[in-house]
Amino acid sequence: MENKRILEVNDLSVSFDTYAGEVQAVRGVSFYLNKAETIGIVGESGCGKTVTVQSIMKLIPMPPGRIKQGKILFENKDLTGYSDKKMQLLRGSEMGMIFQDPMTSLNPTMKIGHQIIDVLKRHKDITTDDARKKAIEMLGMVGLSNPKGRINQYPHEFSGGMRQRVMIAIALICGPKLLIADEPTTALDVTIQAQIIDLMKGLKEKIKTSIILITHDLGVIAGMAERVIVMYAGKIMESGTVDDIFLNPLHPYTWGLLKSVPRLDSIGNEKKLSAIPGYPPDLFSPPVGCAFAARCNYSMEICYEAIPKMTSETDGHHVSCWLTHPLAPKVNRKSVEGGNKNE
Amino acid sequence: MSKYMLKRFIISIFTIWILITIVFFLVRMLPGDPFTSNKVTPEIAKNMMKYYGLDKPLHEQYFVFMKNLFRGDLGYSLRYSGRTVNQIIADAFPRSADLGIRALIFAVIAGLMLGIVAALNQNKNWDKLSMLIAILGISVPSFIVGALLQYFFAVKLGWLPAAQWKGFAYTIMPSFALGLGTLALVARLMRASMLEIVNQDYIKTAKAKGLTQTQITWKYQIRNAILPVVTILGPTVAYLTTGTFVVEQIFAIPGLGRHYVIAIQNLDYSLTLGLTIFFGSFLVLMNFVVDILYGVVDPRIRL
Amino acid sequence: MEITSSKFKRIGINAEINQTIVRPSITYWQDAWRRLRSNKAAILSMVLIAIFTFFAFIGPTMTEYDYKTNDYTSINQSPSSEHWFGTDELGRDLWERVWEGAKVSLFIGLMAALVQTTLGIIIGGIAGLFGGKVDMVIMRIVDILIAIPYMIVVIMIMVIMGSGIIPIIIALTITGWVDMARLVRGQILQLKNQEFILAARTLGASSGRLLFKHLLPNSLGVIIINLTMSIPRAIFSEAFLSFIGIGIKPPMTSWGQLANIGARAMRVAPYQLLIPGIFISLTMLALNILGDGLRDCLDPRLRK
Repeated sequence: MENKRILEVNDLSVSFDTYAGEVQAVRGVSFYLNKAETIGIVGESGCGKTVTVQSIMKLIPMPPGRIKQGKILFENKDLTGYSDKKMQLLRGSEMGMIFQDPMTSLNPTMKIGHQIIDVLKRHKDITTDDARKKAIEMLGMVGLSNPKGRINQYPHEFSGGMRQRVMIAIALICGPKLLIADEPTTALDVTIQAQIIDLMKGLKEKIKTSIILITHDLGVIAGMAERVIVMYAGKIMESGTVDDIFLNPLHPYTWGLLKSVPRLDSIGNEKKLSAIPGYPPDLFSPPVGCAFAARCNYSMEICYEAIPKMTSETDGHHVSCWLTHPLAPKVNRKSVEGGNKNE
Repeated sequence: MSKYMLKRFIISIFTIWILITIVFFLVRMLPGDPFTSNKVTPEIAKNMMKYYGLDKPLHEQYFVFMKNLFRGDLGYSLRYSGRTVNQIIADAFPRSADLGIRALIFAVIAGLMLGIVAALNQNKNWDKLSMLIAILGISVPSFIVGALLQYFFAVKLGWLPAAQWKGFAYTIMPSFALGLGTLALVARLMRASMLEIVNQDYIKTAKAKGLTQTQITWKYQIRNAILPVVTILGPTVAYLTTGTFVVEQIFAIPGLGRHYVIAIQNLDYSLTLGLTIFFGSFLVLMNFVVDILYGVVDPRIRL
Repeated sequence: MEITSSKFKRIGINAEINQTIVRPSITYWQDAWRRLRSNKAAILSMVLIAIFTFFAFIGPTMTEYDYKTNDYTSINQSPSSEHWFGTDELGRDLWERVWEGAKVSLFIGLMAALVQTTLGIIIGGIAGLFGGKVDMVIMRIVDILIAIPYMIVVIMIMVIMGSGIIPIIIALTITGWVDMARLVRGQILQLKNQEFILAARTLGASSGRLLFKHLLPNSLGVIIINLTMSIPRAIFSEAFLSFIGIGIKPPMTSWGQLANIGARAMRVAPYQLLIPGIFISLTMLALNILGDGLRDCLDPRLRK
């Protein structure tokens, strides 16, 4: 069981020391990722998903950030103690990352080919000629036409979707064991989004990399991930397989998320768009109890007083909510509207 | 891109023409005339005016002037009898250009280095020191720097020659005094540029690729940070050119700037006019060259 | 904490909590002032400039000499208890001359900057607000004026008009307004498209009201920064012009003119250059530091 895991995050807490005080961005997050598995992390802006994954690659500037506590085990090695130099050897070669905005993620004054070749040459002992060949091959694999010509072009000659393909090529060229995709389609048009997701699905089949996919789009998760983690205010609210989360969600926040996805069949059957009222709490002074209590229809006195422990509904399906406590009243929740129920 | 260049070129020529016309009429409005003095009788003065064509109506003078200009003839100096403006330019400009180029190279290289060091050591001692030098550089006028240098290194310590332009040692202080202001400007701009770039997404990408800090600093940061600095090269050349007016005066360098100042003080219409046109046109042309340079350096514009 | 069944009483959504924004929001100007106050160098600079201004008026009254009386019995004397800053080649007291000169230099610096700024705001404001043909014409003129080298124009005007305070101010401002005009126009163009302007128009605001009540106040930050940086530029220009002999001429005096005389006397009496030089440099330094500080605190993007 253990050696199937490529990544294990144990009780990770990350804070930022700002002029106004400490911002607790991540407050005790634990999860694992198996080889060749895709896990999705969903949550609204500011819930800590980006800080979590960037901490895995240690891309958070420290200061002002710091890892307060916890372990990050990559192939059973604890990265929290790694120096920047040691991390450099892992980044790009063992783990790759693609970011949200492809328009600004590439060096504007460097040719595309060069930006792919430099990561190859950094990590592999390879001649420039061979690197060029590999780069051209990779550009073809990510679906760009005329890779030989494209190699010598500059980023501004590419569209957003094409640039994101280049980013994928750069992230995968050294054959990393872990790929982190931080909202890879959020900044793209819907049609291009679909293309990029298809591309990633295809590559996933071919290369068998483990993937962490961050998004706030539940449809994307449903299409690509095997397991899902729901984050809120720096903590994990619920985690489980895609089926668990979509068909048997247990946390009120997850219910809210699923409900707020507009459904195609609501055309002609218009109801109000459902939203979760209020704002997430201020992470300068996070609430003592469950962070979601003030926005939760089902919250109880105890929710405001203490953070619920993580429990298992079934094997692998975890939730952190007082509603699972034996003393809590049973919630007879109608089947959740929104989302694609016809999976 | 060539259409853009052509348009810029035409605008430059047009600007120069407007400049020339304005200067021509302004100079003709000057009080007094260059010939009246104790040594010259009114009659001789009148004859000289006639000889130089200064008694004709203004618009006639203008046409004659423009005609001569097209032939490359800027006229005669009214004070240095017999010498043409062209001769003076040909003699003095190379010296000023030499001074200017030395100052420019010094300022740009030292300024870039200072700015890079400051940015890489943000808020630490090197940064504070560099920025202190920079803010002093833009605050202390070049003539004061020059005079102070002259006093300490030449008069007091005798390490360097105080004036004139006869060898390498003579060029040190003037180039420094002239270039200091530019050095400061470049340093501040480069630092700001580097710091802005450090927050850009593509730097994060570079880090995520596992590249070394050196690779990132040179290929990703500096290469992009330099672009805004190129844009100030135009005003820099203007700043250096007007700087030569005072630096050459202090160090008694027989350059074009010095001639210009003297021409103005002597009410030498013709020379003033000729040199103003020369300097003005030179600066407009330099701006145009910088525009092209920027296009070469930034691939986004090159297309 | 004891877990009893009473704790599981349903409470539900608490709108009071989920809608509070914990950090108090402070206004733009409060924030700017806060940031400026913490910039010690900028505060020191303001104090320095205030001191100089104070002495510009009070200084000359502190001794019995005046700035233009020649005294051939005490020429080129070093600073002493008699003449605090020494005397020049005509025996004039330098303390007096420095502070009289301060009046002139500071006045020119301030006036030139104010005139440039006002012209720039008006012209840039008109261009930005009315747009279309008006904007195009104004911008073409601005483009050409920018292309003509500033110092050349200034020198030419000085040569025509002769020396003096008014000629200098005219020379410095006749093309000096273009920077401010461009900045203001840019700001207005940016603001024009924002929603609060649309809202104001919908409520029937006239162009004048739009300009003065909405557009200009929101451009104030940019205006203040540019104004503060124009002052040292003007002081430098005056010093430059006087140094090459076409700025302020005797018997009037300015720091630039003092530097001119001082440079010539440098071998025998270096203090004659050093003292005005220090004053010019300190003033420019203080103004530049203040300008930097203002830029740091009025630009919302730079908030740390």
